[in-house]
Parts: sequence; structure tokens; C-alpha cells
Amino acid sequence: MTETSITFPPPPADTLSDLRAEVRDFLATALANRKPRDRARTWTGFDADFSAQMGERGWIGMTWPKRYGGHERSALERYVVLEEMLAAGAPVAAHWIADRQSGPLLLKAGTEEQRQAILPRIAAGQCFFCIGMSEPDSGSDLAAARTRATPVEGGFRVNGTKLWTTYGHKSHYMILFCRTGAADDRHGGTSQLLVDLSTPGITIRPIADLSGEHHFNEVVFEDVFLPSSAVIGALGDGWNQVMGELAFERSGPERFLSSFILLVEAVRALGQSPSVAAQAAVGRLTGQIVTLRRLSRSVAGLLQRGENPALQAALVKDQGALLEQEIPEVVRTILAVEPSLRSPVDLSNVLAHIVLAAPCFSLRGGTREILRGIIARGLGLR
Amino acid sequence: MSDIDQIVVETAARLFADDVTPQLRNAAEAGSWPQALWEAVADLGLPEALVPEQAGGYGLDPLVALAVVRTAARFAVPLPLAETLWANRLLAAAGLSRPSGPVTFFAPATSAPSVDPLQITRSADGWRLVGHAPRVPWGAQADVVVVADSADGPMIARVPAGRATVTAGDNLAAEPRDDLAFDLVLPADSVAPAPRLALSLQEAGAALRAIQMAGALERVLELSVRYASERVQFGRPIGKFQAVQQNLAILAGQTAAAGGAADLAAEALAEDLDPLPIAIAKARTGEAASSACAIAHQVHGAIGFTHEHELHHFTRRLWAWRDEYGNDTHWNARVGAAVTAAGADGLWPLITAA
Ligand SMILES: Cc1cc2nc3c(=O)[nH]c(=O)nc-3n(C[C@H](O)[C@H](O)[C@H](O)COP(=O)(O)OP(=O)(O)OC[C@H]3O[C@@H](n4cnc5c(N)ncnc54)[C@H](O)[C@@H]3O)c2cc1C
Repeated sequence: MTETSITFPPPPADTLSDLRAEVRDFLATALANRKPRDRARTWTGFDADFSAQMGERGWIGMTWPKRYGGHERSALERYVVLEEMLAAGAPVAAHWIADRQSGPLLLKAGTEEQRQAILPRIAAGQCFFCIGMSEPDSGSDLAAARTRATPVEGGFRVNGTKLWTTYGHKSHYMILFCRTGAADDRHGGTSQLLVDLSTPGITIRPIADLSGEHHFNEVVFEDVFLPSSAVIGALGDGWNQVMGELAFERSGPERFLSSFILLVEAVRALGQSPSVAAQAAVGRLTGQIVTLRRLSRSVAGLLQRGENPALQAALVKDQGALLEQEIPEVVRTILAVEPSLRSPVDLSNVLAHIVLAAPCFSLRGGTREILRGIIARGLGLR
Repeated sequence: MSDIDQIVVETAARLFADDVTPQLRNAAEAGSWPQALWEAVADLGLPEALVPEQAGGYGLDPLVALAVVRTAARFAVPLPLAETLWANRLLAAAGLSRPSGPVTFFAPATSAPSVDPLQITRSADGWRLVGHAPRVPWGAQADVVVVADSADGPMIARVPAGRATVTAGDNLAAEPRDDLAFDLVLPADSVAPAPRLALSLQEAGAALRAIQMAGALERVLELSVRYASERVQFGRPIGKFQAVQQNLAILAGQTAAAGGAADLAAEALAEDLDPLPIAIAKARTGEAASSACAIAHQVHGAIGFTHEHELHHFTRRLWAWRDEYGNDTHWNARVGAAVTAAGADGLWPLITAA
């Protein structure tokens, strides 16, 4: 039998108090007038000005080489900046995907031309990305993607539909996952292409979420011409590249802080003399955050050392989504408040937003069931 | 962990794996003291593992000593090892002598006032200790470290085994939890002013149980994954069924969280008993225990419900330990009180400092 011990080594010591203080100072000023209801939308809060300020501070592309506009700081420094942003409810959506996912992909697999043209602009907080993976008939089963790039003179002609594309309507580029090979080669026949969203033939249509907000979209490609230089990495390597991307992005602080602002507002509303039951409930959630943060920082340490903690990352994300979804349920049992998006009362408003957003916490970035399948594989059951 | 540290933990694990058989555990539950096992453990120097070098210990990294405690729980070792490590740590801090046999400690519950709290007064021939100490682990078998109020402030004392009046009791795993009544005189050299460490006995007990729960949970996960890979129904191992996989994934998540929480407790225990991480750890491991035991038994089916199968040696301990030294709610409320004191805008700084 293989040993099923799952190790989370002690996280690297937190020696970054200067950086943390610097970020807190910045946020105290930059977000001084930001209301709790807006803070509750942290990684869905799109604010290009704020992203530009982050870029000026050197807080985007922090770990990238300086020659691409990066700052050559450690993954742990980046972690501190990220978690401080999320805990304060800063609007990070504009640069979020590029900083977390698209930039690192270009750095790893992109051509020199792509890197030089794009990474410095991302790092400056001026170039925004969206992810084109999901399609109408391809969600969890990403390899079922049908959007196809057909080789033509000088490049490709792309046809197909991408769905749920977060902030596609405000992004400059998409990283498109699509078929470039034989239809029956589920994995090998796929590639990732860099798409300038101003290219003719691309139509972006809004999709309102259940609360009426517009963040995701349908993106339709009709005979869109992309040059050969749009290929990221090797043609046919799309599947492997995507898997690498996902494994790295399942354990960050965004995986357990989505409802944090609600907990903050609940503590504010409870005031100085909550009941013991309320105190225990708040204490429990706080302890869960502390524990998950420790595991998440442990994974960050493993990544920094070049290991591939896919199992640990999936565990953190699964536990994190449970916590994020439990926070609103707990808050409504300890505070008598009716949630309403139109309420002038902060707690009511923030609770409304989180209740309505909660279903997606266990969908985006890999559903709960898919994550648990990954964990089962890690345990040797598959 | 350095290589040497690793060897300490591995040596202990090998001893436990070889010697702690289900028969030995069953005999211990029936009331027989596993003397040979105790001697083997003592030969490795484990009872002194938390004693600092300047007090005559080996200078082992305290986190390694606590990793041994976690490992012991992974094997459901039926000895007061955690208790002895900590009691010896306290005796060393107080400058009192340490026995070669097992030592336990009494931690008064902080949630309810004691019925007959311990008092110690100077007498002609030493110190007179009176009072009542409920549910002391291995209270009949081991020397007992107590902290009692005196006119000169809190005093720490070591009461040799056999001196108290014992009413035997146990927990769900049939580990001894004895009620002790004291009305006796101790020689002057077994009493000293209580050191700071000895003033947080409930925190220490809670931290130790959190660490032990993490170890027991690791074994519960191992047993469950192994069983799911071996047990065949409908022509394939039950671990191939998605419903079973999803439950085992939850069990793994709870085990991981408990492990992380126990590390927080170990760090606090190794340093200055910061109550916040300990409170978090005890509550989080207790909650994990509840969820994990339910899943483990579900996966094991009827065989796991038998006395013959070893699963219950771990699950009964977990069910007992989650309620000892304060249950989840008690400790969650402590964390909540700290959050109330910090206020809404102090919540995040509290989290990053924990
Ligand atoms: C707010 C939000 C933002 C998003 N942003 C983007 C984006 O920017 N870019 C992008 O490409 N995508 C995005 N997505 C899409 C997201 O990645 C998908 O929702 C996700 O991959 C699941 O796909 P699906 O919704 O089609 O569900 P399905 O895959 O159809 O799943 C439906 C249900 O079936 C379960 N299921 C499916 N397969 C299995 C299986 N093998 N075993 C057990 N259960 C299974 C799932 O767990 C789920 O419960 C976003 C989604 C949301 C909610």
C-alpha cells in the first residue's frame, strides 16, 4: 500500500512585515471611501485606475524578471500583497487574471515577442486578460472543447463559442483554448492562442448572473483570423499547458477569502457584547481561516521550492470553498438581518451579495466534484 | 526537520508499529499497565523529550518531541506519553525532581468553578495538599503534577502515585480518567512556586489533545483509504465508486486541516503557550474528528463496527479527546472573544498574527 500521508510542511516564516505594513498603508488611503458593499466584490471588482496604481507600486507581476517589467520578488512577497488586497476588499478584477494566470503562462510558454509586447503592460496594470476555456458543451470536461483554429495562409481561422468569459468585455486579450488537431485526439489536438479582442469577427455578449450583475460573457468567434505568432508554446500542447496553469492556481488566498468582508461586517454588527453562541460561531470561522491560511501558505512554500503540490492545492481549494459558503449561512443564524442588495445597511447589503455569489465558489476554477476527484487520485484511489 | 530529528520520530514510530498490537491495546483497556512498552519508551528517552537541555534534558527540538506525541496517537499508544512529556516539562521549569515512571498533570476546567479546588498550605513537615481533582489521565498509575493555591500564590507540586484516594474512571477509549481526592502532606522538596508555564494547564492539555487528534486522524485516513482499495463489491474496489471517493476526499480535507491546526498548537506549546492558536487548534481538530470518524465508519461498513477491527481504537479516542480540556464550542468562544476584543477592523491583523 502506498502511504496516504499528505504533508503540509511548516510555511516559510513571515518575515515580510515591512511589505505588509506598506500594503496596509497604501490600502488605508486608496480604499478610504470604499464602502463594505463594494469591498465585498473584491476579485469581481473591476477598477482600471486602481490596477494602474497597483502597477505603479510594483505589485503586479511581482515575481517576473525585470526585463519583462517584473520586480523579481519572491512568491511569498506576492502572497502577502495578494492576501492584503483581498482581505481589504480591494478591486483587483481588472489585473487579476493577467497577474495570476495569463502572465505566468506567457512567461513560461510564450514567445519572446509575446513576452516583450505584453508582460510589461500587464505589470504596469494597463493590460487586462480573460480566459477562454469553457464552452456551451465543455465545462468540467474541458477536453470536449469544440472551438477550432483551422490553419490558413499565415495563421489560423477560428470559429466557435466561448462561455462564462469573465470580464471578456473589458479585457484586451483572451487566452483561447481550442482545437488545432484531429477531432478524435482529445488532449493532443488542442492549443492555446493569444487573441487580441479587437480582432474583427469577435462578438462579445453580456450574460447577467443571477443577481443581475454583468461580469461574464459569451464570446463568439466567426472566421476570426489569427496570425501564426498567436500560438502560445507548442502547437498541440494546449492540454498540458492548461493543466499546469490550473494546478498552480488552486491554493491562493482567493480560495478562502471570498466571503471575508461579510465576516468583518458581522463582527462589526455584533459589537462589544455578543452572545456566547455568536462568539463561538465567529471564533470558529476565524479559526478555520487561520488554519486554511496556514495550509495555503504551506503550499506557497512548496511552489516556491519548485514542487508540484497538486493534491495539497486541491485540498485547500475544496476546504476553502466550503468555508466561503458557510460564512453567509452562519452569519444569518447569529444576526437577525434580512439580506437586500438595495438596503442602506452595510451588513444586509454585504450578506445579500455573498448569498447570491456563494454558489459560484464551488464552481469556478474546477467544481467541487472535480476537485474531489483530483484528491481521490492523489490518495491513490483512481 | 533535520535528519537526526527525523530519526527520533522514525525510531519511535518503529517501536510503536512493532509493539502496540491490538492485543496490547485491549489488555490496557482491561486495566493492565503495559510495563514493557513503557520501559521501551523510557529507554528511548521519550519521557524527557520536552525537558530543556539546561534542565538535564537532551535538548531535542520541542517540535520534534511533539511530533512524537502525534506519532504515538497514530498508533493509539495506550500510555500517558503526552501527559508525561508535559508534566516533566513543568517539573523541570519549577526545578523539581522528575520520576522515572509516568507522570500526569491535573488541569482544572476553566469553564466551570471547581467543586473542591486544590489548596496547599505550609505545615510543620512540608506542605499539606487538600482538594479534589476530577478526571486525571492515568491518575491512579502515574505521579501527578498539580498546581494549588496557597497564601504565597500558586504552587506546583508532585504527588507520587498511590498517595491520593482514587475513584477510577475512564473515557470512551477506556483510557484512565481518575478522580483524585487529596488530603496529604508532601515533603518540602516536592513543592515550588508555580512557573509561568504551569499557569496554563488547560491550554497545554488542549494543545496536546489537538496534536494527538491530528495523529489519530492521519491513521483513520490511512485505514479508510486502504480499506476502500481492498474491499471489493459489485466487482470492483469500493474506492472506485465516486460517492466513496467524494467522502474520502472530505476525510482527507478534514485531516489536512486538523494537521495544520495541530502544527499551530505545537508551535504555541513549544514557545509561550499563546492561547489563540491553541484555541483554534483544539476547536478545529475537534470538528475534524467528528466529521472524519463518521466518514471512516461509513466507508468501513459493518467490519469497522466490530471490536476486532482496529478502527475503533482511533475513533473512540477521537470522540473522547474532542471533549477533553474544553470542547469545540468552548475554544471557539475563546477565539470569538479575542475577535470581539480586536473588533471588525482588527480581525485581519489578528488572523495574520495567529
Ligand atoms: C462566476 C464564474 C466565472 C467563470 N469564469 C470563467 C472564465 O473566465 N473563463 C472560463 O473559461 N470559464 C469560466 N467559468 C466556467 C467554469 O470554469 C465552469 O463553470 C466549470 O468548469 C464547470 O463547468 P460547467 O459550469 O459547464 O458545469 P458542468 O461541467 O456541466 O457540471 C455540472 C455539475 O456536474 C458535475 N460534474 C461534471 N462532471 C462530473 C464528473 N465527471 N464527476 C462528477 N461530477 C461531475 C459538476 O461538478 C457540477 O456539479 C466561470 C464560472 C463561473 C460560475
